[in-house]
Amino acid sequence: MDDAPLIETRELAKTYVMGDQRVRALRRVTLSIARGEFVAVMGPSGSGKSTFMNLIGCLDTPTKGEYRIDGESVGGLSPDRLAELRNRKIGFVFQSFNLLPRATALANVSLPMLYAGADRATRAARAQRALDVVGLSARMDHRPSQLSGGQQQRVAIARALVNAPALLLADEPTGALDTRTSLEIMALFQSLNKEGQTVVVVTHEPDVAEFAGRVVRFRDGKVVDDRRQTPRDAATQLAALGAEQAEEAA
Amino acid sequence: MSPVEALRSALDALRANVLRSALTMLGIIIGVTAVIVMVAVGSGARAKVMQQIQSLGSNLIIVVSGSMTSGGVRMGVGSRWSLSEEDGAALARDVPSIQVAVGTVRGSAQIVAGNTNWSTVVLGVGPGYLEARDWELAAGRDFTAQEFSGAGKVILLGETVVKNLFGEGVDPVGQIIRVRATPFTVTGVLARKGQNTQGQDQDDVVVVPVATAKQKVLGSSRANARAVAAMLVKVRDGEDMADAERQMREVLRQRHRLTAAQDDDFWIRNLTEVANTQLESSKALALLLAAVAGVSLLVGGIGIMNIMLVSVTERTREIGLRLAVGARRRDILSQFLIEATTLAAIGGAIGVVLGVGGSIIVAELGGWPTLINPEVVLAAVGFSALIGVFFGFYPAQRASHLDPIEALRHE
Ligand SMILES: Nc1ncnc2c1ncn2[C@@H]1O[C@H](COP(=O)(O)OP(=O)(O)OP(=O)(O)O)[C@@H](O)[C@H]1O
Ligand SMILES: [Mg+2]
Repeated sequence: MDDAPLIETRELAKTYVMGDQRVRALRRVTLSIARGEFVAVMGPSGSGKSTFMNLIGCLDTPTKGEYRIDGESVGGLSPDRLAELRNRKIGFVFQSFNLLPRATALANVSLPMLYAGADRATRAARAQRALDVVGLSARMDHRPSQLSGGQQQRVAIARALVNAPALLLADEPTGALDTRTSLEIMALFQSLNKEGQTVVVVTHEPDVAEFAGRVVRFRDGKVVDDRRQTPRDAATQLAALGAEQAEEAA
Repeated sequence: MSPVEALRSALDALRANVLRSALTMLGIIIGVTAVIVMVAVGSGARAKVMQQIQSLGSNLIIVVSGSMTSGGVRMGVGSRWSLSEEDGAALARDVPSIQVAVGTVRGSAQIVAGNTNWSTVVLGVGPGYLEARDWELAAGRDFTAQEFSGAGKVILLGETVVKNLFGEGVDPVGQIIRVRATPFTVTGVLARKGQNTQGQDQDDVVVVPVATAKQKVLGSSRANARAVAAMLVKVRDGEDMADAERQMREVLRQRHRLTAAQDDDFWIRNLTEVANTQLESSKALALLLAAVAGVSLLVGGIGIMNIMLVSVTERTREIGLRLAVGARRRDILSQFLIEATTLAAIGGAIGVVLGVGGSIIVAELGGWPTLINPEVVLAAVGFSALIGVFFGFYPAQRASHLDPIEALRHE
């Protein structure tokens, strides 16, 4: 069971019907992602990356094909069962953070545990630990408006991690961030991945994809390229950038 | 999510938009306040009428002397008293459903006690008057048979008269007072009755034997010394009033030797029926008030629904996010239901405070009796919470059925 891939899709297809127009967003995608992998998903706009992420994130159901996560078949599950699956096995990170604006960082991070039925003390303790992991324990009581974009995204990552999901999904997590902050986020993903976290990141930027151990390319709803690579180390890059900036300042 | 947490997050959401929450609540506040005040006013009015009816005495029919002439000109009451004490005796004898029939006359006079005086109504009554009116004595005794038959100079005083002649806390029984210069002995004090349905003070009265009244107060001993202005008839409990009325008419017409062509020379009125009509109309009024108030509560509920719909639309992304991190449909449903119910319940609670306060103020300032009914208060709060659930359900249902992806993409 542990040898089985974490994610396994077979002929996965998604067709959107709008009036008499049919958009085949995803066409027969068969793909496996093993535990502990760091995958970058790339491809031009409209190629079906987000559609793919939504399907493997159990946010959406396929038109055709099969999908298993952690050995569990997702086909034909009710919306509530899918919600439970998302709650237990999946952590989402969005381009636009999607934090609750009136809630503190701690409350935002606690949210998934609220639906997992954890008690108050457990929630607070685990949310603090998750914020610690993303390096924001000092900002627990800040609201999103009191945080920078990078910090907000780190709160969102802490929220995604708080239920210890098997799979961390990020759809263009650095799309709204500058180079340096993007690097910080990727370094965070890399360090999480080093500790065994499976990570799938959608990105447009080849620079960002370099930090992943595997790059999957989509075009017209199909996987056109799937290759492994030696990832660059984001932390080293970040240090170099720090030195560069220090030089510039001098 | 535990109920406590759900409530806390509902309060947070409501606090996020204080003004809007307050305005939404205002509808419920006004509705609940209106219901409580209106029902209090309505049932107060009804209780008042009810008490007046009880003070009148039950199952009463009054027969008044006088008639419509064939020309249509009403002969003034007192111009000729067609009724007599014998009529009363005959009625009591010949109509089995009659418990008691009492002749009465009525006038007004100035009454003097020591150096105070007071103008009041003088009622001359036959034996059984107190029984007919279900009127108790607060002190002293009723007249004896000899006092009735011998035109005794004895008098019963109403509470208002006692208060004005003797002041508070004085027992007037046994005292001598003067009516039109004739000294009377006070034998008793009538129990308090309050206002009648016309709003007159029924305690502003003195009662003397009917013969005494005619000789000493009205001052004219008429041709027929036994004639009376009116007759108060009490029908036995459970007997048919209309039937009694019909039999009375028959007996009286026969005794007065009226031919079929002649009109009645008396006038019969079922007092209990009149009072009941008033009770009915006060009931209708209470119902109308409650209905109007209920409509405003309904409008308040629609206000909640409106705001909850706006809120669901505004927070679509939030809903999408909650769904994405694992909220089930019922979590979202209960979140919005609890918000709506909390709004309504808080509004209801404020409405109760204002409603009870308002009822007290209406009673104090308006001199209008109000009756706050605990069941109505409970019902109003319960109903407003129910309104929250009812009008909150549709928006909550809509929220819980959102598609997570579409919700997340919502601008
Ligand atoms: N809800 C929808 N209804 C109809 N068509 C849709 C819907 N969502 C996506 N599509 C279509 O499906 C195709 C794939 O969309 P998708 O969002 O997966 O692309 P993407 O690779 O994520 O693009 P981008 O890089 O711009 O985010 C597009 O042609 C898009 O127009
Ligand atoms: Mg996309």
